[in-house]
Amino acid sequence: MIKAGYADLRNLMAAMTGDEKHSNAATSTLDVLWVLYDRVLRVSPAMEEERDRFYLSKGHGPMAYYAVLAAKGFLDPAEFERFGAFQSTLGHHPDRVLVPGIEISSGSLGHGLPLAVGTALGLRARGIDSAAIWVLMGDGEFDEGSNHEAIAYAGRASLEQLNVVLIDNSSASHGWPDGPEARFSTEGWAATRVDGRDHEALAAGFLRPHPGRPGVVVADVEHSSGH
Amino acid sequence: MAGVMRERFVEVTAELLEAHDRLSVVTADLSADLFEQARRRYPTRVINLGIREQLLISVAGGMALAGMRPVAHSFAPFLIERPFEQIKLDLNHQNVGAVLVSAGASYDIASGGRTHQSPGDVALLATLPDWTIHVPGHPDEAEAQLRQAATGDGLVYIRLSNQSNREPYGLQGAANHRFRVLRKGSRGTVIGVGPLTDTVLAATEPFDVTVLHASTIRPFDAETLRTVLDDQGNAAVVIVEPYLAGTSVAEIAAALTDRPNRILGLGVGRQELRHYGTSRQHAIAHGLGAAGMRLSISDFLKL
Repeated sequence: MIKAGYADLRNLMAAMTGDEKHSNAATSTLDVLWVLYDRVLRVSPAMEEERDRFYLSKGHGPMAYYAVLAAKGFLDPAEFERFGAFQSTLGHHPDRVLVPGIEISSGSLGHGLPLAVGTALGLRARGIDSAAIWVLMGDGEFDEGSNHEAIAYAGRASLEQLNVVLIDNSSASHGWPDGPEARFSTEGWAATRVDGRDHEALAAGFLRPHPGRPGVVVADVEHSSGH
Repeated sequence: MAGVMRERFVEVTAELLEAHDRLSVVTADLSADLFEQARRRYPTRVINLGIREQLLISVAGGMALAGMRPVAHSFAPFLIERPFEQIKLDLNHQNVGAVLVSAGASYDIASGGRTHQSPGDVALLATLPDWTIHVPGHPDEAEAQLRQAATGDGLVYIRLSNQSNREPYGLQGAANHRFRVLRKGSRGTVIGVGPLTDTVLAATEPFDVTVLHASTIRPFDAETLRTVLDDQGNAAVVIVEPYLAGTSVAEIAAALTDRPNRILGLGVGRQELRHYGTSRQHAIAHGLGAAGMRLSISDFLKL
């Protein structure tokens, strides 16, 4: 196990793919993930019951996620060279049963936020009020109708523990007039938009309190073509 | 205690909520009124999401990830068919447990038409691993299955129906999901599943056949079936299921690979009837009345 910094993340990703340079799609989540794990989430490899939960809903391109987890000591980067192989624990979509530190198995879009609503309700029912739940999703994934069942209900249920970071790289085929955040705001969420590559702006957005309601931070990231 | 399965489910669940502080109930408007009293008493554990069935299953999965034991409830088509990918991914693939309790069965809501009928739910759910699938034939069986499921941690489906046998044949052996031997005979074996067993008993009354009752259909009790067949010269098995005909025929075939066998699967037909009316009329139309069933069984067993 290692402890590494932001500067090491691209080398860790290269150990999985062999590429020194990654497309914007592969790294669209990198800065958001780093700021969350470095400055926001109260979670350690011990995975205590009262930890903050991070649900990667957008399971595509998990190299950045694996790299951040390795940098923070959750998993062993020795596994990276087998990325995607039959016997590897690290697939092209993450599996919580196989990888320490991963909270949900994802890949099919539109499951992370609805699951997180359930976890917020479950933690509330158990009286664990200190744990926050974070969901990372994309603006393309936002097309999935299941998200909209979750957003509407979470707003009415005042799920303050629930947080979404939505990476907007303009990949929704038909776009979202006024931005995806408009759909959250209508349902009573606290919404803000920040530069998705600016670590200070991301941290400020993530740490802004939203008493009595769930919060969404839309992280602006340059558009990239392809998946 | 209530003599109808859904009302019994509500009563017993309210009692179980008192005893088990990790138990929760999630609804999507259906039966929310019946749970109103429980919701007032346990507002953080009895949750009504509105008409959102994808969310219903995902919330159950998310609650289980937080250490709760969720019970999710709706009509069968909206609990199993509509959010099937949520069942596959947010329960099975996350490796968490939940209890799904449906109402309506194949044609309890006969006059409601196709939208409210779910003859395919068991076959669909049986494509996934690790599900215990209960088809109670009596409110007492449903209650026992619910009590066991509430304190477990696995994946359990309880398919409630307004149809019921006169007696809870399945209570004996219910805890280990065994079939019950109701009658011994030599010319063949007929398995009645859930609330169809009384009709099976009536249909086979003149025949020298073994009759089994199943109130749990997955895991499939191959052991009891093999044991009763050991007394018979040839393995001829009829299974009568109150949902899609043939749903468990492959389970029987797998149980009998070591001997010659003939299998007949009776149940609800694949074709839409496009008729309304009553559940009894639908049973008859699918050949699941006593007379139709007797004809199919005697023809198959050459009785």
